[in-house]
Amino acid sequence: MGILLQVRDLKTYFYTDAGVVKAVDGVSYDLKEGETLGLVGESGCGKSVSALSILRLIANPPGKIVGGEIFFEGKDLLKISEKEIRNIRGNHIAMIFQEPMTSLNPVLTIGLQIGEALELHRNMNKKEAREEILRLLRMVGIPDPERRIGDYPHQFSGGMRQRVMIAMALSCNPKLLIADEPTTAVDVTIQAQLLEVVKELTSRLGTAVMLITHNLGVVARHVNRMAVMYAGRIVEQGPAAEVYAHPQHPYTIGLLASVPRLDKPRKERLVPIDGQPPNLILLPPGCSFMPRCSYRMEICSKERPELRPVGDGHFTACWANMER
Amino acid sequence: MANDILIEIKNLSMYFPMTKGIIRQQKIAEVKAVDGVNFFIRKGETLGLVGESGCGKTTLGRCLLQLIRPTSGEVYFEGVDLCTMASDHLRSIRQRMQIIFQDPFDSLDPRMTAGEIVAEPLRVHTRIRGRELREKIAELLKIVGLDPSMKDRYPHQFSGGQRQRLGIARALAIRPSFIVCDEPISALDVSIQAQIINLLEDLQGEFDLTYLFIAHDLSVVRHISHRVAVMYLGKIVEVANRDALYRVAKHPYTIALLSAVPIPDPIVEASRERIILRGEIPSPIALPPGCNFHPRCPIGVEICQKEIPSPREIEEGHWVACHLA
Repeated sequence: MGILLQVRDLKTYFYTDAGVVKAVDGVSYDLKEGETLGLVGESGCGKSVSALSILRLIANPPGKIVGGEIFFEGKDLLKISEKEIRNIRGNHIAMIFQEPMTSLNPVLTIGLQIGEALELHRNMNKKEAREEILRLLRMVGIPDPERRIGDYPHQFSGGMRQRVMIAMALSCNPKLLIADEPTTAVDVTIQAQLLEVVKELTSRLGTAVMLITHNLGVVARHVNRMAVMYAGRIVEQGPAAEVYAHPQHPYTIGLLASVPRLDKPRKERLVPIDGQPPNLILLPPGCSFMPRCSYRMEICSKERPELRPVGDGHFTACWANMER
Repeated sequence: MANDILIEIKNLSMYFPMTKGIIRQQKIAEVKAVDGVNFFIRKGETLGLVGESGCGKTTLGRCLLQLIRPTSGEVYFEGVDLCTMASDHLRSIRQRMQIIFQDPFDSLDPRMTAGEIVAEPLRVHTRIRGRELREKIAELLKIVGLDPSMKDRYPHQFSGGQRQRLGIARALAIRPSFIVCDEPISALDVSIQAQIINLLEDLQGEFDLTYLFIAHDLSVVRHISHRVAVMYLGKIVEVANRDALYRVAKHPYTIALLSAVPIPDPIVEASRERIILRGEIPSPIALPPGCNFHPRCPIGVEICQKEIPSPREIEEGHWVACHLA
């Protein structure tokens, strides 16, 4: 498999009245064709901003991509013209968001909204587009598409709306689908349905997926490789099975230990990660996780650890050596 | 047995009318948010209430506290029916019943300091003032793991987890015996959730608290609850002891719900059977005839479309509302 997306040392900062928020501060990763990469982290860790940066969807001001390279099929997305990036958006890289109600236009029927992309990017006429819309709606499992094509977003339930978003995102056969917390706003039974739809369709179409989530269970089920983010940086990266079996970064270890698991006997007490998530304006020097870390050493407050290999394709940004 | 029951609700229903017209409002339909619910909570126990959004779990919690007056049914708190009680009497009972909300951003007044927020229930319900009040505030902040020096800060100066601790301190201020925890950790980061769960457990032991813990995360509910009730479209479909429910769930909805919870382990996930429920949750305005769950049920038979199943006790303390269980 060839490399589809290469992100190198990406830095996206927000210039606010309170100071500079380094939302993404030197993030690098690769995504192979047809692969599913999970980007995991808590709110404010920079996972969404790093994805939005790929499509240059950062509002400027206050945000700005201040450094790095994003190669997609060999082209640096940060250097191409506005016209070229518009052609990439939706056509080659599509995105679905957490809350489908805010990303669909409430005054247009869903048929019109999906059709817009088809006419714009795939040069279809009205009749061809209609056939294609019906096919797409059927594909994502919307019952009775002939009737629903003329419905407005508010006439769909949350889960169905997210299916419409998936149909729209896949309408132009993108190479890459970025799914930003696609199931956070829906219930568990609907979440399971939606993720199966995404998984089945993208593997059939050979689409690479970047799944952004805070849910460690969703990652475990659906991704090949994962990257864990903390305070704007990737702290651990590797094959999902390997990271779950032998987590190497204290933050990953802490996250996995703090969630109760249904398949394990109930623990008398949960083991939380101490402290609070960091303030991105006033990050400590050295390792950002240091104030909450139970493995901290002297060096951690002085020097920032870079990603280093700890196994086959497995990297951690930590000074401590964990047992495996 | 009967003595250790703190709360018992009988046939509790809450129907919200849907009206049409502005001048002459006509009732055109009803949303049956809570529909004939029965259960009890023992002293010192945590009852977990799980269900998907819109199933009525929050409404049920509010009816219990009489924050919304239910349409019909009874809510007994230590043997006294709250539904027939006049509002001014309720006020004294309310000292003993508190609520913690899901969103610590919306439920704290942004213009009050942490100290004022915690002091408010004490000012309303007690005569504690002055130095004693200040000491009390410091003590409460300490109990929930906040530094007493933070009392002059405003809510926006706290992180999400700290804000939730403040909400807990407010609920504890007047020493209630019962707290409704309405999705208290859903809005928090994963690394903070465990902190709050541990805090709630510690406080339960220390102050002999009884909880109704409303949540949609089944793994968290298993951790914190002694017994668990599963709700679907306004009705309780299954109630059991925690271990029984998670080991031998009987209702097809509970089984599907449990199988839908992703487990943070790729090896376990790869070999796991998952029941994907068909369809969507029906609208509570137009409930299907018979069992509410039958349009999505993987094992439904003819009777399910006609008759509403009533809850049966299939083992001691394990109640299921299903024709086939």
